[in-house]
Amino acid sequence: MGIGDTFDRLCRPFEGPNTIGNTRRFWIGFVVVVLALLGYPIGFGGYAASSAALYLLYAILGLSLSIIWGYTGILSFGQVVFFGIAGYSFALISMNLSSTLTTMLALPISVAVATIASLVLGYFMFYGEVRDVYVTILTLVVSIVMNTFMAQTAGSEWTVGSVALGGFNGIPAIPSLTFSVGDASVVLDGSSFYWFTLIALLVVYLGLRALVNGRFGYTMVATREDEDRTEMLGYDVRRIKLLVFGLGGALAGFAGVLYATWGNYVSPSVFGITFASIPVVWVAVGGRRSLLGAVVATVVIEWFRQQLSATGSQYAMVIVGAVLLLAILFVPEGVIPRLNVALLNVRDRSETTPDSPDGTPE
Amino acid sequence: MNPLNLLFLFADNFAFIVLSAVGLAVIFGMMGVINLGHGEFIMIGAYGTTLSANAGVPLPLAMVIGVLVTAVMGFVLERTIIRRLYDRLLDSMVATWAIGLILTQGVRIALGNSIPQISTPLGTIAYGEFSYSTYRVVLSVVALAVLAGLYVLFTRTEFGIRARATIQDPDTARALGVDTDRMYTSTFVIGSALAGLTGALYAPTLTVVPGMGSSFLVEAFVAVVIGGPSVLLGTTLSGGLLGVIDALFTNLYGTFFGQIAMLLTAIVVIRLLSNGLTGLVEDVRNRMEGE
Repeated sequence: MGIGDTFDRLCRPFEGPNTIGNTRRFWIGFVVVVLALLGYPIGFGGYAASSAALYLLYAILGLSLSIIWGYTGILSFGQVVFFGIAGYSFALISMNLSSTLTTMLALPISVAVATIASLVLGYFMFYGEVRDVYVTILTLVVSIVMNTFMAQTAGSEWTVGSVALGGFNGIPAIPSLTFSVGDASVVLDGSSFYWFTLIALLVVYLGLRALVNGRFGYTMVATREDEDRTEMLGYDVRRIKLLVFGLGGALAGFAGVLYATWGNYVSPSVFGITFASIPVVWVAVGGRRSLLGAVVATVVIEWFRQQLSATGSQYAMVIVGAVLLLAILFVPEGVIPRLNVALLNVRDRSETTPDSPDGTPE
Repeated sequence: MNPLNLLFLFADNFAFIVLSAVGLAVIFGMMGVINLGHGEFIMIGAYGTTLSANAGVPLPLAMVIGVLVTAVMGFVLERTIIRRLYDRLLDSMVATWAIGLILTQGVRIALGNSIPQISTPLGTIAYGEFSYSTYRVVLSVVALAVLAGLYVLFTRTEFGIRARATIQDPDTARALGVDTDRMYTSTFVIGSALAGLTGALYAPTLTVVPGMGSSFLVEAFVAVVIGGPSVLLGTTLSGGLLGVIDALFTNLYGTFFGQIAMLLTAIVVIRLLSNGLTGLVEDVRNRMEGE
């Protein structure tokens, strides 16, 4: 059992009461799925991989909301704000200073801009003791105002350096992500962009699993369950919320940069009221207290929306709205945690001895 | 700038903010539920009015139809969905948001992206070299009338006393024989009807399209946020404050900066006064009584 024990030990930092999937069986399945996803571009080609990369980068956006809403109890409609801000700043930086080095540097700078934006907004909200519903409203209003602002930047006075913000039409021809060392450079598109996004998603997912199952994650969950009690126990609730909001802003910003380089395009619709609501749908349907649920629901819902809009159907948003409503009413904990409990029950019944505590759901 | 023009601009903004917010504020203040589908309720009111007017119904009657349609919709939604979520506030926001998504896209599928519009009635008032739409003056009067009507309803009637008892202490109210379930339903229907009224009143002045609800959201949400917990006083005060700010900035720099200024006002007010403007008023009142 030497290999098995090593495997278990490797998985341990990512296991705990705040995530589902803490069994060896889960991790074996996880590795199989990751290997299959890595092989996807080889089997289906660069074009298919490039389409699929969009779902993966959206999943990072979904995860950013999952930690804020699901784990810390702050419902934000503003994740798309940081997504969009990072996308726009990447466009402005990389197009103004078009060299491979600056394209590479534009990624961390844009993520930093989005993080700072989220920290500033978060400071005013959490240190102003803004309560639950007010946070949701404010983030939504910020998103609407950003949409209005960007949509009216069509005139020539709205030019940053040599790049016009373009108003309603947005900014086209944003360069792809390029990594260069010396003379050698790699442009990420098609399959390579897919692999980059997949690995980024993997790192974010595992990192967040370690986070929510660690000390800080416990204080996040404590804040969600009872703010006053957590404060009485000596934790600075405002700081916890601000840090989580900043981390969420950084992740959303990272996803935003990936988005801008994916389609080489960014427009005010990323701040639009429809797009603002989509991360909430992913997280609510997949399971707000489950990182895996957010990822799976994001990929499935986006794939479904893509399929429907490809056939020219207008019913996508009606169905998405109905699914969201049904999920809130009948599966409030989310689809994936519900499935997990069902699976565990089936297994418990088939095995006479009850399973070890590693099978406990969150 | 002519001071009379500025006054008209202020009255216009005040009416828009108060009417945008009042339906949302009644539901939030009385029940703690934020109706994120508020904009779409307004849209339904506007569609009810425009479609009826296009079918040959006189405009005032068409507006009544718009209000009734929205009220009935609010009744059905409260009975089937909202009441399951009273103890889950964030979930009720998401659910009402989902309702909004379904309504917007549903109307778009059923009626297309545009319908024939109705024109603004009542002509204009001319003074000196300026002229101003009479209908917009009427709207300001209606906004004040709505606030006055709600004041009377909630302070001077049997229903209002029962409703306020329900908010203050549902258990005691129930023990004293108040049907709290019915109070919640009625409050939600009143809030929906007010949203419908807003849609009906603005239908002749705006382009009625499925996505029109979002153009009311900034004003409505900001007004509720800075108004604080007391519905009537909060809506009136924030309508006044935001009306001035919006009128000034829109006048000086354009519509978009009016919005930005309102957003910044909201953030600053919330940072300084956690209970909004009504909290400030109560503080001042307590201090004066203390002395």
